[in-house]
Amino acid sequence: MSIDISQFHDVFFEESFEGLDAMESGLLNLAEGAADVEAINTIFRAAHSIKGGAGTFGFMAVSEFTHVMETLLDEMRNGQREVTSDSTNLLLEAVDVLREMLSAVQQKTDTDEERIAEVNQRLEAMLAGEKAEVADSADESTINAAAVEASPEQKIAGWEIKFHPHKHLFQTGNDPVRMLRELASLGDLTSRVSDDGLPDFADLEPEDSYLSWQLTLKGNVPKEEVVEIFEWVDDDCDLSIEVILQEPTKVEIAVAQLDENIAEPVAEVQQESKSEQVAAPVKAVAKKAATSAPAATSIRVGTDKVDSLINLVGELVITQSMLSQIGDNFVPGMLPQLIDGLAQLERNSREMQEAIMRIRMLPISFAFNRFPRLVHDLSDKSGKKVELKLTGEQTELDKTVMEKIGDPLVHLVRNSLDHGLETPEVRLAAGKDETGTIQLNAYHQGGNIIIEIVDDGAGLNEEKIFSKAVEKGLVEADAELSPEKIHELIFLPGFSTADVVTDISGRGVGMDVVRSNITGLGGSVEIKSKRGEGSTFTIRLPLTLAIMDGQTIRVANENYIIPLISIIETLEVKESDMKYVSAKGELYPLRDEYVPVIRLYDIFNLTPTTTDLEEGLLVIVEGEGQKIGLFIDDLLGQQQVVIKSLETNYRKVIGLSGATILGDGTVALILDVPGLMALYRDPSLAKVITNNEHAA
Amino acid sequence: MSELQQSNDFLSDVDDRTEQYLTFLLGEEEYGVEILRVQEIKGWESVTHIPNTPDYLCGVLNLRGTIVPIVDLRLRFEMPAREYTPTTVVVVLNVGEGVQRTVGIVVDGVSDAHNILPEEIKPSPDFGTTISTDFISGLVSIGSDMMMILNIDRLLRVEALG
Repeated sequence: MSIDISQFHDVFFEESFEGLDAMESGLLNLAEGAADVEAINTIFRAAHSIKGGAGTFGFMAVSEFTHVMETLLDEMRNGQREVTSDSTNLLLEAVDVLREMLSAVQQKTDTDEERIAEVNQRLEAMLAGEKAEVADSADESTINAAAVEASPEQKIAGWEIKFHPHKHLFQTGNDPVRMLRELASLGDLTSRVSDDGLPDFADLEPEDSYLSWQLTLKGNVPKEEVVEIFEWVDDDCDLSIEVILQEPTKVEIAVAQLDENIAEPVAEVQQESKSEQVAAPVKAVAKKAATSAPAATSIRVGTDKVDSLINLVGELVITQSMLSQIGDNFVPGMLPQLIDGLAQLERNSREMQEAIMRIRMLPISFAFNRFPRLVHDLSDKSGKKVELKLTGEQTELDKTVMEKIGDPLVHLVRNSLDHGLETPEVRLAAGKDETGTIQLNAYHQGGNIIIEIVDDGAGLNEEKIFSKAVEKGLVEADAELSPEKIHELIFLPGFSTADVVTDISGRGVGMDVVRSNITGLGGSVEIKSKRGEGSTFTIRLPLTLAIMDGQTIRVANENYIIPLISIIETLEVKESDMKYVSAKGELYPLRDEYVPVIRLYDIFNLTPTTTDLEEGLLVIVEGEGQKIGLFIDDLLGQQQVVIKSLETNYRKVIGLSGATILGDGTVALILDVPGLMALYRDPSLAKVITNNEHAA
Repeated sequence: MSELQQSNDFLSDVDDRTEQYLTFLLGEEEYGVEILRVQEIKGWESVTHIPNTPDYLCGVLNLRGTIVPIVDLRLRFEMPAREYTPTTVVVVLNVGEGVQRTVGIVVDGVSDAHNILPEEIKPSPDFGTTISTDFISGLVSIGSDMMMILNIDRLLRVEALG
């Protein structure tokens, strides 16, 4: 039997690149000195899988190269070798080389032989150089034994048993029920019995066995134990026992229907790299092809997500056939059924939409993962000591948004490191810890995802920025600007304050592109900076493409929609519970805090239908970490809404994040909680535009 | 017959420089806009009010999936308000130089379309500060009536919509 092994190449490459990422992050986390066995094991396993896979598919160069790395790692793991920054850096470099080799193989281009040989030589040198000091040298057989044991793919998840006893089984004194019972005692047993062999009742011979079983035994059970159970019936039945290996938890599905961009680029790239190979098989080509490869042509989706989609499609089909049946012979009496069917259809389509959206959501760690390496390399290059802290890596974000946010993030982190953080000497002189900190935080807030890049460096130098802006003719020399306005200047095109153009940053392309990229995604970026204490860049991005859950509310005969995600609770208030600040500010005591109450009709200048708090409802909402109580008349329904921009034909209205079109075709406005808070604090914001008009 | 004659004249009498204007009524006054800027004319339907905006911005409307602001021209020109009925007309215009936006205006009724040569357009009078004529780019005589040509880009620019 021959199998076309090349069909598995894609999976191998994907897994290998993931393995490389794992190795990279493992190496970066490796502390110097005594090796953390668990951490090294992780790196080792990744290397081993790549080696094994490459060997299987016949990519011998990759396999040999990985083998040297593996040997080095094994010595570290066995405590025969200290983890030094030299070895870590060399291994990181080796990871890079390996990545290049793999992408070269993947795209069938040439590799940089010199570099590979050089790194390989250094690895060998490191191995040989210190081998003398080590008591017992690494034994090939121990590596392999250990690897087999460690390799995650080898784990037995259970057994698939087909058991078809021959007719005369009972005559040998064996009882299938006993065997099944015994099997069940070994693990989680599911059995399916087949009665295909069962004859008509008239022909039935009570002493014969007609049934057969298909059994699935889950659990890590040794084969011997399973075989033992069937030992006595071996000759009296057809038996097959097959191992179920640990199922991969994720399946890869090509989401061609979801993302039409996927199929084409793949074809394009393959073609491209082929033609390039023919035209000019030079080293530069390999690099070019590597960069032109699309970032991700497939996404990994959990099986549970796919299963739920399949279930939903099933339900949808059922609903559809039910509805078409009703439609075929419709009589007015069937109206209730029709209404039920439509309600079901609505539920199906909503669930399906949610499930599809979930497929596109990925944890932001996909975008964050590259930073440990970036910071490690940059800090080496710039002689600065940097600690990178990541939080909220599990925060989920739409895939398309994620792809586009990667480059702006890299730019901001580079900037923080290059311009923000000081050299160790400067930091010590300023009384700070010589190691600077860069923090990347991600979290959800309202319908947005917030990404913060925080450094504890020097902060923005306002005078320098201002004089630079004047020099570049971006502002008038006599302009008086607040510090915040000055900070904004760095987002202007063609602005750069680096005294020396470094290869880290400072070419003056950047911040304006960063901003335009982010606004292009419907987000915003803000700076907070304090001299001597550091800067914070806050990126605010919409979570999904344009759909959200909304709660329709009613106030002063107008309907509005509050994003469901920002609502904490809704309550009825007693006038006696209310507290007042200087007779004007209203506070509602919510458990252990006081929540300011905003009367929506007040800040929107509407004619109220009621001003009595007891007649309406208080919706507690949260925005920018702060809670407020919105006083409204009534809650109406909840529904999913498609967000439409007001800015397309009008302008941004403070307190509103957009509009949506309801089922009856009318427009409903979506409230923006942080905007409402701003409006509450400063009602004059509402008139900003109107004032402009009078001035004009 | 005479009507038919007239409409034939209307078609044949086309100079390269003529521009067609759609005229509409506000009370007794007749206003004109370039007909190529008119996207559609539709009946009044209820709009969604936007908070903290001036009276003359009635609200926004769903026009086949896009959100379009609607301006009441009577209120914009500080004329007495008139109740909206199903016969009230909304003229949907494309405005803006560069970035095009869609804005609807509420008028009393659409009256006619005219071919007008540039030399027929007379400059708008200067009333000083008593009456603002910023939005009127010229006057045209049509028979015994006068039509005011609106500069809709200026009238309906974002800042002026409140």
